[in-house]
Amino acid sequence: MEILMSILIGFLFMAAVYLILSRSLLRIIIGTGLLSHGTHLLLLTMGGLGGESAPVLAEGITDYADPLPQALILTAIVISFGVTAFSLVLAYRAYKVVGTDNMDLMKGNEDND
Amino acid sequence: MINLLLLPVLIPFLFAAVLLLFPKKVKAQRVVTMIGLAFALASSIALLYKVKVNGVQALTLGSWAPPFGITMVSDMFSALLVTSSLLIALFVVWYSFTSIEEEREKAFYYPAILFMLTGVNGAFTTGDIFNMFVFFEVLLMSSYVLIVLGGEKIQLKESIKYIIVNIVSSSLFVITVGYLYSVVGTLNMADISVKLAEIGPSGIVTVIAVLFLIVFGIKGGIFPLFFWLPGSYGAPPIPVLALFGALLTKVGVYAIMRTYTLFFTTDVGYTHNLLMILSILTIVVGCIGALAYFNVKQIIIYNIVIAVGVILFGASVMNESGMMGSVFYLIHDILIKGALFLLIGIIIKITGTSDLRKMGGLMKRYPLLAWVYLIVAFGLAGIPPLSGFIGKLLIVQGGFEGDLLWQSIFILASSLLVLLSAIRIFIYAFWGEEKGQHLISKEKYRHLLAPAITLASLTVLYGVGAEYLVPFMTDATNVLLDPSIYIDAVFEGVK
Repeated sequence: MEILMSILIGFLFMAAVYLILSRSLLRIIIGTGLLSHGTHLLLLTMGGLGGESAPVLAEGITDYADPLPQALILTAIVISFGVTAFSLVLAYRAYKVVGTDNMDLMKGNEDND
Repeated sequence: MINLLLLPVLIPFLFAAVLLLFPKKVKAQRVVTMIGLAFALASSIALLYKVKVNGVQALTLGSWAPPFGITMVSDMFSALLVTSSLLIALFVVWYSFTSIEEEREKAFYYPAILFMLTGVNGAFTTGDIFNMFVFFEVLLMSSYVLIVLGGEKIQLKESIKYIIVNIVSSSLFVITVGYLYSVVGTLNMADISVKLAEIGPSGIVTVIAVLFLIVFGIKGGIFPLFFWLPGSYGAPPIPVLALFGALLTKVGVYAIMRTYTLFFTTDVGYTHNLLMILSILTIVVGCIGALAYFNVKQIIIYNIVIAVGVILFGASVMNESGMMGSVFYLIHDILIKGALFLLIGIIIKITGTSDLRKMGGLMKRYPLLAWVYLIVAFGLAGIPPLSGFIGKLLIVQGGFEGDLLWQSIFILASSLLVLLSAIRIFIYAFWGEEKGQHLISKEKYRHLLAPAITLASLTVLYGVGAEYLVPFMTDATNVLLDPSIYIDAVFEGVK
């Protein structure tokens, strides 16, 4: 199971890197979204996928799932949700002001616009 | 009062939440922000005193015993950083009253600063590695707001790059925490330190150490990961730039110093050597950048990169003088970069340009500004008895003790280049024929100069009064070099 998960995570990272390296701003943002999905799955896998019952202490239960990675993923999902929403708004605003979503055309500073 | 260490984190947060309620009342925003910062600063000074008298303070939240609950730890190192970050924020906010346009002030400028301070102070105080990630996100989110606030073309362009770089590095942070968790099965920093010491040197731990160096190196701006820094920091207005330059990179540097002294002490030959080489290269590219530009902002921004290199070099040698020099230099750099940015902000306001070639002859009409700038520039280069001297002296001494002869000589030589880059601004802006126009009124000039001069005199005091600070710095160094003090404080009453 862990092997399967690792391949999936690797695939997500690959797609994310491909998208982040592209020129279109929207593709880059989708890429960062995929990157965070891969990251969350990685957290889940790193905690170990074993455990037969829910992590509630009761009589006779010894083999329970690790609850911590799930708590971490929940936190990380909320954060990446907020950041993605912000970057989408920013991309839209930048598109309206700068007039392009092509990262190659977004170079330059005050001196050489 | 054991909850004292939470106050510097909570007070800015509460005041920021209150400020969100009345964004259009600029006067009230200013007053409430100042009150909040004053309270937070007072609490952090009380904390500093408490840590000095009673040693490391630790608090595990939610009545879960460590290592299960989220622990907040305040040792001397973090208490000093918390105090200086609040201090610098106080001056930047004071300066913002005149420097920032009213439209920005109405668009949640002050709440964003306070939220950022929550994140910065939280990252300095936390004793839980995942919690550190969360506080990093808090400060990054507020910094996104600050960097884009105003919505100018250049800001939008640069903030997109800034955000994408930080999203990628945050993902890498979570990945690294995941790897670390799979090795040690805990997130509590003190517990991680114990577990990693039990495991001893192993390949995967070294990989994690290097990954942490990449993650925090992106935030801190070490070679070769600083590429985003000069562009992004050049975009926002000067007070925001001062805050970013003084604080944000220092959070990355703090995190590197913390993890490299607490966690990764088993394979020093590889990890700390890598850190040392990278810090030297950081200084090299910083010097090249600082001398290459005619843009005042860029010159000082590249000086941030140089300072990061110097601090990390002191930390990488892992002996008492080097570490103490790093702590000294870190606080010095927070203060001096704040003062420098405020001063060049005034120059830019007066001349209306940041291009050195278009300014000149300011000495005649603004002599006070010129002399204060000169003193701060000397402090930056580390001319005794100003503030940079003691830190650099100790770092170089640490380098000699660690048999890093050439590297230490190189650090000394780099000071000359730093001095040259700062004096270039002085020569171009203040000497020569009067050029360009003078855009601000006398009154505005005085209002801008007041916070800058006060901060500059603080840096002078920091240098002259270094002797009185030595006991504090010694405490900070001891905890960094002997993790057992930190660990014992967290597990007090448990084991």
